[in-house]
Amino acid sequence: MNNSPQTLYDKLWARRCVKSFDNGLSLIYIDRHILHEVSSAQAFEGLRAAGRKPWRTSGALATPDHNVPTTERELGVEGIDDPLSRIQVQTLDDNCQRFGIPHFALQDVRQGIVHVIAPEQGLTLPGTAVVCGDSHTATHGAFAALGVGIGTSEVEHVLATSCLLQRKAKNMLVRVDGECLPGVSAKDIALYLIGQLGTAAGTGHTIEFAGSTITSLSMEGRMTLCNMAIEAGARAGLVAFDAVTANYLKGRRYAPSAELWDSALAVWHNLHSDADAEFDVCYQFDAAAIKPQVTWGTSPEMVIAVDEAIPAPSTVGEKQRDYQSALAYMGLKPGQSLGEITLDRVFIGSCTNSRIEDLRSAAQMVAGKKIAPTIKQALAVPGSGLVKRQAESEGLDRILMDAGFEWRQPGCSMCLGMNPDQLLPGEHCAATSNRNFVGRQGPNGRTHLVSPAMAAAAAIAGHFVDISGGGK
Amino acid sequence: MQAFKSHQGLVIPLDRCNVDTDALLPKQYLKCVKKFGYGSWLFDDDRYLDPGDVYTDCNLRRTNPRFALNQPQYRGASILLAQDNFGCGSSREHAVWALRDFGIRVVIAPSFADIFYNNCFKNGLLPLVLARPAVAELFALEQQAAPLMLNIDLQSQTLSRGSAESWHFAIDAGRKENLIEGRDDIAVTLDAAESIKHFENQLYREEPWLKTDIR
Ligand code: SF4
Repeated sequence: MNNSPQTLYDKLWARRCVKSFDNGLSLIYIDRHILHEVSSAQAFEGLRAAGRKPWRTSGALATPDHNVPTTERELGVEGIDDPLSRIQVQTLDDNCQRFGIPHFALQDVRQGIVHVIAPEQGLTLPGTAVVCGDSHTATHGAFAALGVGIGTSEVEHVLATSCLLQRKAKNMLVRVDGECLPGVSAKDIALYLIGQLGTAAGTGHTIEFAGSTITSLSMEGRMTLCNMAIEAGARAGLVAFDAVTANYLKGRRYAPSAELWDSALAVWHNLHSDADAEFDVCYQFDAAAIKPQVTWGTSPEMVIAVDEAIPAPSTVGEKQRDYQSALAYMGLKPGQSLGEITLDRVFIGSCTNSRIEDLRSAAQMVAGKKIAPTIKQALAVPGSGLVKRQAESEGLDRILMDAGFEWRQPGCSMCLGMNPDQLLPGEHCAATSNRNFVGRQGPNGRTHLVSPAMAAAAAIAGHFVDISGGGK
Repeated sequence: MQAFKSHQGLVIPLDRCNVDTDALLPKQYLKCVKKFGYGSWLFDDDRYLDPGDVYTDCNLRRTNPRFALNQPQYRGASILLAQDNFGCGSSREHAVWALRDFGIRVVIAPSFADIFYNNCFKNGLLPLVLARPAVAELFALEQQAAPLMLNIDLQSQTLSRGSAESWHFAIDAGRKENLIEGRDDIAVTLDAAESIKHFENQLYREEPWLKTDIR
C-alpha cells in the first residue's frame, strides 16, 4: 500500500498498472474497450495478418456511429447510400461476428455514439480503464474512470492483450468554484477553460476537474466537461466519485446490483484525490466570471463570451498569423460582435451534448417558438436510441419539431461530416459539438461551438443572443 | 514496423500552430478500411484547389502552388517542420499513415498532441520535440537557405545540419528503443502474458462486478 497522498489519477493508474518497465512505460490493464467503424478495421486486419486472437471479448463493445445516416434506420446497413460508408459499417459487423465482439448494430435501439452508450449502459464504471479509438474517450473520466483515446495500432494492441502501453501523465488540477450565472452550462465552463488555458495546456497531463461548481454538475454535465478535456490538450479528464456518480449508475444494465453494488461502493468511495495530494499544475477559476461562450475561430481556444467583440490578431502575440487565417476562413473581422453573424444551420448533438439534459435544455428554450426563417436547417440528434426514446417519452421531440427542428436518428451526425449531415461551403453553424476545425463539419463550413441552450436560442433568433439574462 | 535509426532529408516548413489531424487528413478519407495509400491526400484542403474524395483522381485536381508540399524545391522532402501542438484533435492514426505514405519520416515541432505523438511511434515516424527557440532558428535557416538538409541520429539524440550546427533532443528511453529496433509492441506485451493473467485473476477477485457478458 502506498500511504503518501495520491491524486485520483495516481490511484487509477496504480489500480490498473500490471507492470512497469525500466524505460518509463507501463502496461495498463483495460477494463472496457469500445469500438466503432472508423478506427477499428485496420486493427482487426492487423490481428488477422498476425494470426492473433482477441485476449478477451467480454470487456469490448462495438457500435457504428461516425458514418451512419441519421434519417431512416429500417434498412440497416443496406440503407447507407455512400458505398464506402456502407463497406465500413459492414466491415465492423463482419469483424464483430468473426472475432466474437459484442455489437450494438445499426437497428439496435441501444446503438448510438460510443461515448454516450457506454455510460448509459453502466459499462463505464468508477475505477476502470476505458479506451476507444477516438479522442473523446476523455468523456468517461466523468465517472472517476481512466478514459483514454487511442489510435488504431493501440486498438489492435488492446484487442490482442487487454492492455495498453502507456507513460504516466502529469497531474493537473482545474478548480472552478461558485455558482454559475443563469444560462451557463457545463459546455460554457469547458469552452471558457479552454479559452483561458489554451488548447495545448493539458498536453502530457491528466486534468482533474474539481471545486464546488464541478461537483454540483450532473453526470451529463461532467461528461460534457471531461469530453472537452482533449480540446485542452489532455488525453484524459477526471471528476471524483461522489453521490451524483452513484445515483446515475444505480440500476443501469451493466452496473453492479444487490450485494455487489455495496462492495463496489466501498471501493468507489476512495476514488478522489487525497486532501494533500500534490499536483504538477493547478489552476483556479471563479464560476461567476463565466458568461455563455461562443467560438469565433477555427480552434476551440478561439472563444469569447457572447457579449464580447471578436479580437484583433494584433493582441495575441505569436499566434497572430493563426488568428488572421482563422478570421479569413470564418469571414469575420476584428471588432465585430457575434450577434452580427447570420447563422445558416443549427446542430444540437454529438458526444459533447446529445444526452437527455442537453435535449431538455434545448427544448425548453424553443418551446412554443419557431426557428428564424433565415435558418436553413436545425438538427436535433439524440446521442443514442435510448436517449431518443426517453426524449420522446418526455415529449421533447414534439417541442423541437414544432419549433422547426428535424428530429433525427442517433449518430455523430453533423459533428464531423462523414455522413450526409454536412455544412455547405461558407455556411455558419451554431453547433453543440466539440471541434470547430477548418472543414470539420463540411468543406469550408464555419462552425461556432456553443451550449445546447445557446444553439437553441440562436435557432429562434437566427443569430447568437445572450441568454444569461434568463433566456430572453 | 519500420525501424528508425538515423535519417537525412530535406525540410518542408509549415509555420503553423495547432496543426490538427483533420488538416493532415480530412475525414472523407477515413472511410477506407486499408492501412496504406493515404499519401496523396495528406493536407488535402491546403494542397488542392478543388475538393476531392476517395473517388477523385488526384492527378486531375488543381494543386495550390502556394502550399509548400506542392513547391518544386521541396520535392522529395521527408522532414516536416512546424509549430506548437502539432497533431491535435481527432485520434485518427490515418493522419500518421498519410504522413508516412507521403514520405515523411520526421516531424519537428516544439510540442505534439499526445495521441498523435504516440501514433507516430507505431508507424516508424519520429516526432522530434525541439525547444521553441531552436525551432525558430530552423525556420530562419530554412528561409535563408532552402532547401535545408538535416541529419537526425536517434541513438545520440542529435539533429544536425552538416557539421555546422547541431541540437540535442529529448525522447523517452522506451520509445527510442522500440523505434530503433522496429519492435512489435504487441509481441513485447505478450511476453508479459503471465503477469497479465495474474493481474486479471486478482482484479476479478477484488472487483467481481466488472465481469460482464454484454448481450
Ligand atoms: S460525436 Fe463527434 S467528436 Fe464525438 S465521437 Fe462522434 S465524431 Fe467524434
